[in-house]
Amino acid sequence: MSFIEAKEVYYRYPQAEKDALCGVDLTVEKGEYVAVIGHNGSGKSTLARLLNGLLQPTKGEIFVDGISAADKKTLFELRKRVGVVFQNPDNQLVASIVEDDVAFGPENIGVPRKEIGERIDFALSAVGMQEYRKSMASRLSGGQKQRVAIAGVLAIRPEVLILDESTAMLDPRGRREVTDVVKKLNRENGMTVLAVTHYMDEVCEADRVLVLSDGKIVMSGTPAEIFSREEELEKYELDVPVPARIAAMLRAGGMEIGRIYTKEELGDELCRLLPKI
Amino acid sequence: MKDVAFGQYYPARSFVHRMDPRFKIVLSIAYIVAVFLVREFHFLGFAAAFAFIVIATAVSRVPFFKVLKSVKGILFFVIFSSVLQVLFNREGTVLAEWWVIVITDVGLLRAAFITLRIMLVVMGTAILTLTTTPVEIADGLESLLTPLKWIKFPVHEFALIMSIALRFIPTLMDETERIINAQKARGADFESGNLFKRIRALIPILIPLLVSSFRRADELGDAMDARCYSGAKGRTKYKKMRPTYRDFIALALMAGLIAGIVLLNGVLGVPV
Amino acid sequence: MQIVAENLSHVYSPKSKFAVSALKNVSLTIDEGEFFGIIGHTGSGKSTFIQHLNGLIKADKGSKKLTVGEFDLLDKKCDFKKLRSKVGMVFQYPEYQLFADTVAEDVAFGLKNFERLSEEETAARVREAIETVGLSYEEVKEKSPFDLSGGQKRRVAIAGVIVTKPEILVLDEPVAGLDPKGKKEFFALLHALHGGFVKTVVIVSHDMDNVAEHCTKAAVFENGEVWKVAPPKELFKEAETLAEMGLDVPVTGYLAARLAANGVKIDTDFTERDFARKVLETYRRAEEGR
Repeated sequence: MSFIEAKEVYYRYPQAEKDALCGVDLTVEKGEYVAVIGHNGSGKSTLARLLNGLLQPTKGEIFVDGISAADKKTLFELRKRVGVVFQNPDNQLVASIVEDDVAFGPENIGVPRKEIGERIDFALSAVGMQEYRKSMASRLSGGQKQRVAIAGVLAIRPEVLILDESTAMLDPRGRREVTDVVKKLNRENGMTVLAVTHYMDEVCEADRVLVLSDGKIVMSGTPAEIFSREEELEKYELDVPVPARIAAMLRAGGMEIGRIYTKEELGDELCRLLPKI
Repeated sequence: MKDVAFGQYYPARSFVHRMDPRFKIVLSIAYIVAVFLVREFHFLGFAAAFAFIVIATAVSRVPFFKVLKSVKGILFFVIFSSVLQVLFNREGTVLAEWWVIVITDVGLLRAAFITLRIMLVVMGTAILTLTTTPVEIADGLESLLTPLKWIKFPVHEFALIMSIALRFIPTLMDETERIINAQKARGADFESGNLFKRIRALIPILIPLLVSSFRRADELGDAMDARCYSGAKGRTKYKKMRPTYRDFIALALMAGLIAGIVLLNGVLGVPV
Repeated sequence: MQIVAENLSHVYSPKSKFAVSALKNVSLTIDEGEFFGIIGHTGSGKSTFIQHLNGLIKADKGSKKLTVGEFDLLDKKCDFKKLRSKVGMVFQYPEYQLFADTVAEDVAFGLKNFERLSEEETAARVREAIETVGLSYEEVKEKSPFDLSGGQKRRVAIAGVIVTKPEILVLDEPVAGLDPKGKKEFFALLHALHGGFVKTVVIVSHDMDNVAEHCTKAAVFENGEVWKVAPPKELFKEAETLAEMGLDVPVTGYLAARLAANGVKIDTDFTERDFARKVLETYRRAEEGR
């Protein structure tokens, strides 16, 4: 069994006329970094909520680490393993002081007092916020708040980190801070990451990309594979990253450029193809 | 604007700042009781209470004018109540008389007494708020209220509500400012017109604020659920308050003050 | 209307220990007809600057000049209300300012504050505004703004600003939180507006690719000062300096800088299409040379 396994998952919001998710199959292995993209209303946030048990599927099964996410009885065990960071940095911190906020999760799961202190140390240093331990949360920047939110989740020591558009409300600097932290957690600590986003450049960091449209997974593959299917993406109301778009224009004009989606790679290619005159 | 959540907190690392917030709260209440214990016109008792404030301020390293400034907020109230005393007191020797207004010596004394009493109480509690963050006060209250669990009072929930409220004050202040600006940009006018008109003008601010507060509450609820919140059961607490020698010294001083006031009340039968 | 600021300064909570100098001697002219970008970090002073443009924030005493068309904003007698009808301002996440029972009422709010019009005239203007932002008047007019989708709410909020037909439209991060399609549609809407009664667009944006693609000119704010004002074509030539300031550079700017370091000069205006065309030209020339 895979670490996360969803089979034929359906979800319909109360009073909604159609399903937000219709028949989603998904497997995620331990240590994988999966990005989920899709237009607004495609069901990507619903998927994130189902994995943490904030919602229960109307039909189908979801297992995380062997625990059913469809069963309300095992909710607590599920949430210990699946941490979620949400979109609005202002609406997920509980306490005024950073360390008190990070302590909230461990307190909830009954971690002994002494160990909570150690967990706060670990979590805050993992996101590079240890010097803000005693700071007022309201004085932090958006990016810093989101890093504290990540620390608050890490202190529970989850197996999976779900980012539900966690960078959508940040400026570029804050976005970079958060994506760097997440990348580091995935690469160095082996954290399984599932990131819901609509910033195409963040998608490039992922091992695998899922495209959702109208409640279904319509595309799945590495970023390179996904971004080479430009017309298809357009059909699902999505963009390719700017470098991929420029590469496509150059390819159409006769330059031999491969499937490229990061600006660094495109820079390398251009320097190779346009030698010093 | 963002500093509201700090209250009047004056950051420092002093004897008073490092005291257990529970002791500070209890001592503040004891102080209020002490001030009210002072019998009418026993001004020496007030002098003792004032001396206590001076000592407490000195060891708290808070500039004394900050403590004095706390009185500013209630100045109107103080003046109002002393004027009432002066005007409507008919006891004692008449000093001056004009139309329905009679000014007597007792009236003046009483006004002075009440004014001093209010000022002392306010200054005493100011030392608490100047040396303790609202978060500490909330934690202290939670701990002090713990015995109420026996009568099924939801102490944990109450404390959580307080701390979340404190946490959201700066956020909502910012939001209010933003909404006011947005509506002003659309030509809203909050400064002119009669009272009724002005209250109506608040609707475009209050409704968005309300809507967003509900949204925030919703999202916060999800975030708390996701972080395994399931009520007070099985929950541990990271912050633990422990009284130190400081708290007992302060306690002893307070006992001394109360004893002194009681003594002054008894020994000096005649008002000074 | 031309916007002229000379030695504009603003200090938040002056005389307190929290005093923050948000603007320091800012001099900036924005001509009529520009699609003007304002770039800078959070806290660089850009939001403070734009809120001066309709008098929401008053300039400090030492400021030399601040005029918008014939309005002298430093003059105490300045008619700010009239000014605000000419300078529309769209704040970040403008959908959070919606409040009325129906969409039509909400859109009419600004109009009623500024002008005395008959019921019919008001309704006609509201209809026009709602249709301009791409919604169907008949469909949404009676709906509660809170029942609309996120993207529709934002459009309604913008209709509520443009209903007064402002000549200058100021927008703070207007595409934040929109998905790629929403962003594209939004810029299309802005260009459509720019061709009509809106003569000047001033847009605060973090997204340099958008600035390169859409703006005719841009100002870079840094620590409360204007570091540079130039068309994107010139601005993004300084990719390195911008990066040093911790600001993003459009992808085209990054690529041009990489090529320049390699001895290949691409003379582009930094829009994607133009960049690709110029690279292809250079490439073909090199091929022919071989």
